[in-house]
Amino acid sequence: MKVLVPIKRVIDYNVKARVKADKTDVDLANVKMAMNPFCEIAIEEAIRLKEAGTATEVVAVTIGNKSSQEQLRTALALGADKAIHIETEEKLESLHVAKLLSKIVEQESPELVILGKQSIDSDNNQTGQMLAALTGRGQGTFASKVDVQAGTVNVTREVDGGLQTVALKLPAIVTTDLRLNEPRYASLPNIMKAKRKQLDVIAADSLGVDLAPRVQLVEVNEPEKRSGGIIVEDVATLVEKLKTEAKVI
Amino acid sequence: MKTLVIAEHDKGVLKPETNKTITAAVKLGFDVDLLLAGENLSAMSEQAASIAGVSNVLIADDTAYAHQLAENLADLVLSLADNYSHIVASATTTGKNFMPRVAALLDVAQISEIIDVIDADTFKRPIYAGNAIATVKSLDSKKVITVRASSFDVASEQAPVSVTSVTCKGSVGLSEFVSEEQTESERPELTAAPVVISGGRGMQNGENFALLNGIADKLGAAIGASRAAVDAGFVPNDMQVGQTGKIVAPDLYIAVGISGAIQHLAGMKDSKVIVAINKDPDAPIFQVADYGLVADLFDVLPELETAL
Repeated sequence: MKVLVPIKRVIDYNVKARVKADKTDVDLANVKMAMNPFCEIAIEEAIRLKEAGTATEVVAVTIGNKSSQEQLRTALALGADKAIHIETEEKLESLHVAKLLSKIVEQESPELVILGKQSIDSDNNQTGQMLAALTGRGQGTFASKVDVQAGTVNVTREVDGGLQTVALKLPAIVTTDLRLNEPRYASLPNIMKAKRKQLDVIAADSLGVDLAPRVQLVEVNEPEKRSGGIIVEDVATLVEKLKTEAKVI
Repeated sequence: MKTLVIAEHDKGVLKPETNKTITAAVKLGFDVDLLLAGENLSAMSEQAASIAGVSNVLIADDTAYAHQLAENLADLVLSLADNYSHIVASATTTGKNFMPRVAALLDVAQISEIIDVIDADTFKRPIYAGNAIATVKSLDSKKVITVRASSFDVASEQAPVSVTSVTCKGSVGLSEFVSEEQTESERPELTAAPVVISGGRGMQNGENFALLNGIADKLGAAIGASRAAVDAGFVPNDMQVGQTGKIVAPDLYIAVGISGAIQHLAGMKDSKVIVAINKDPDAPIFQVADYGLVADLFDVLPELETAL
């Protein structure tokens, strides 16, 4: 079966985001970018399915400006067979992304689409679920285990009270949680090989999706700073302070 | 214009997140209907009807909603959507699962994890792991919103309002519940506890988490963990506090052996009082802690238990 893995270029997770002085957005000029960590897990899972003989082809897709091709090359170096770049300069919302991806799903007809559960920039946690809705497929979100059977996929999900397993009819959509797997690193020979793999570029405008904004970003602010605390000498002082000063115990 | 809130429940009890979500929904300024979907709901419907701010409780009693599967629940909410301008749920794993599906089926954007309501169209929400707060305005005619419960107060009680049944839609046939594995705990739920004590990689192993039990008992606290502790297999993952785990905002948060990575801070930095116990004086956790104690946790924890 074919597996489609949408990935996103985001700020590197080690970088602390700074708000622009004019409060219009977060400052991304000259900031290190990388593949969203949950997307790395999605790629890894697809490649493991291929290594297990379950998947026959892994296609990576991203939506973004020209620089996002770097992340597609990473996906190819990790083991994806082919990449698709939907090129746009616009900053798109989850609904737009899901709609564009649904066109790629139509075109590629993958039996399984694996996405990250959320991107670490917008923290929305929406795209996978929206794609499932738009393609009329079942969804296995926050997956910590994916078990493909004939015609179905069993997904163990990380939910608030523990774990829940659901059986989805294939084709289906899965979104990854952190504990699904440990992503591998790309080896140098594979990075070299990835340069020769197929990477198709499609203009976002050509897919017939209305990309008009649905949400207006009014302002971006720094979160309220916590006032500096104090270091206490010992446990007795700590308990004393919590009782009399903070009054929380 | 009316608001529909979808209630969340577990083992026949409404979750505290639902009450807080109703507080957020009331701030929108319209009548609030509460939808209770699941199986055997009679006991819970009384509880739901007594939450201050609710005008009407809608009941959808059907096996299709027993495990709140996204496909079936979204289909039900969609069938009711015409009557509402705002559709709201908690940003729990259940809410996060079905709400974007509802939004896409309605062809509207979703506003995720709001922490404040400015007006009926404008909301505040954290982005970049809480390192920035975005004010966003929805341009859609219908708003689909999830609420970060820890940012709102619990709604008080009222004289019960009317309860009506709605037409159930049954299963859409895309998914089936197979099994669940719940983590047993007699302690208060992490997201609702007034006090949380969390252990990190510094706990060294799972057995050492027992050191937190006595303190948690004395404070009526829930026990949490950092992602490092969960990834190392010390404790199950539903104890994880952080951007990718649970978001908590208790009165008192005690971080033990936790360095304070961005991902962890995103889950607890709105706590009223933060205490950090760490032997590394340079650990970033001390930058957000109101009270810091630089010491070996293995010396200090038994002492703390005795002192309480």
